[in-house]
Amino acid sequence: MTDAVVIDETSTPRLADHVTMRFDEHRERWVILAPERVLILDEISVEILKRCDGKTVAQVIDDLAAAFEAPRADIARDVMAMLQGLADKGTIAA
Amino acid sequence: MSDHEPPLAILAELSHRCPLRCPYCSNPVALERSDGEMDLDTWTGILDQAAKLGVLQVHFSGGEPTVRRDLEALVQHATDLGLYSNLITSAVLLDRARLERLKAAGLKHVQISFQAVESALADRIGGYPGGHERKLAVARYVRDLRMALTVNAVINRHNVARVDAMIELAVELGAQRIEIAHVQYYGWALKNRAALMPTRAETDIAIGKVEAAAARLRGRLAIDHVVPDYYALRPKACMNGWGRRFLNITPSGRVLPCHAAETIPGLQFQSVKELPLAEIWHQGPAFQQFRGTAWMKAPCRDCERKEIDWGGCRCQALAITGDAAEADPACELSPYHGRLVEMATTEAAAKAPEFVYRQFANAQVPAE
Repeated sequence: MTDAVVIDETSTPRLADHVTMRFDEHRERWVILAPERVLILDEISVEILKRCDGKTVAQVIDDLAAAFEAPRADIARDVMAMLQGLADKGTIAA
Repeated sequence: MSDHEPPLAILAELSHRCPLRCPYCSNPVALERSDGEMDLDTWTGILDQAAKLGVLQVHFSGGEPTVRRDLEALVQHATDLGLYSNLITSAVLLDRARLERLKAAGLKHVQISFQAVESALADRIGGYPGGHERKLAVARYVRDLRMALTVNAVINRHNVARVDAMIELAVELGAQRIEIAHVQYYGWALKNRAALMPTRAETDIAIGKVEAAAARLRGRLAIDHVVPDYYALRPKACMNGWGRRFLNITPSGRVLPCHAAETIPGLQFQSVKELPLAEIWHQGPAFQQFRGTAWMKAPCRDCERKEIDWGGCRCQALAITGDAAEADPACELSPYHGRLVEMATTEAAAKAPEFVYRQFANAQVPAE
């Protein structure tokens, strides 16, 4: 039994072992496939998750803030909420 | 082309054979015999069609799916198509070597049923001596192999008081997920309703425990809670709406909107051996019959929740009211709701009758 995952800016989130993410050509959307669950991702979630490749959350936020020329605080709030939501479902590990 | 969406998932009932004999099995009381089961090539062809139709997940189920020696080949085929496989199993026929082969074929998730926390009670409910200990061993292999584990716990009058212990068992096993599913009364469970129905007070205490555990274990164990219909105020969105997300394929290839749909008289089911899966999904009369909201009568027709709960369950409406187009009587707006509650209350107050175990010897011979 592991402890609950708490996301902060030092975390390095990644998809859990039992989860896959792929592009669904039928719906033309990225999807996460998890135990008896399908999550159809919006564009923002895809941009966040594509950057979770070993980067810390802080690096992901910086990267997105630069790419989208948006205030870092706004991006940080969205990124943390989205990743914590997935962590609470067991979809990502950190 | 029709305007409804493609299905997200299929339930592949590979066989109705099962070593366990649980009296709440959701299989039809008329079980399909093994000589009618489809072969590997037919199933792989179905998976091809499902992927093309837009399906993303396969639930390999039954009966007991591991009675099929070609399960590994089916999982591998699903993996090659990009489908996510879930193995829905009693686990008693599995061993570590077979789990390793299934993992190598791409399996990432195993759901194991547990009948109770205590071996003696669990084995009595499952009708299979030694089953509980076997399940515990297999659950540990699943986690050793770093696959996701779901504990499936069907809650009834015999185990309702220990629902918190069941959740602790899932935690101890390292499960990612537990399904706390109060019995749904279709198939064998309907036949055994009086032997399974807890009281409202027992049910309310259990629900309180589950909700407290869900809050306490957030991020550690996902709890999916299937609430008890007979003591509900609003119905569940059964199948997320008829013909909206899901289809079921029986061992012989009949394509159903839900696993209990064959209880509804007058519905015309089609076989994937005779018609393309896409045609059955989009135009099949059984799928069209209760798809959307056009079929609804009052009170569903005028209800603001009609596209939230989709009228609840058609099979339950039929079982209790005699008319599958009625509102699910689990809804307190149904004129039959009072009758439903009274059935539950009366049966729960009486001494539990003996189980009618799910087995071919007790199966009804189909009328056809």
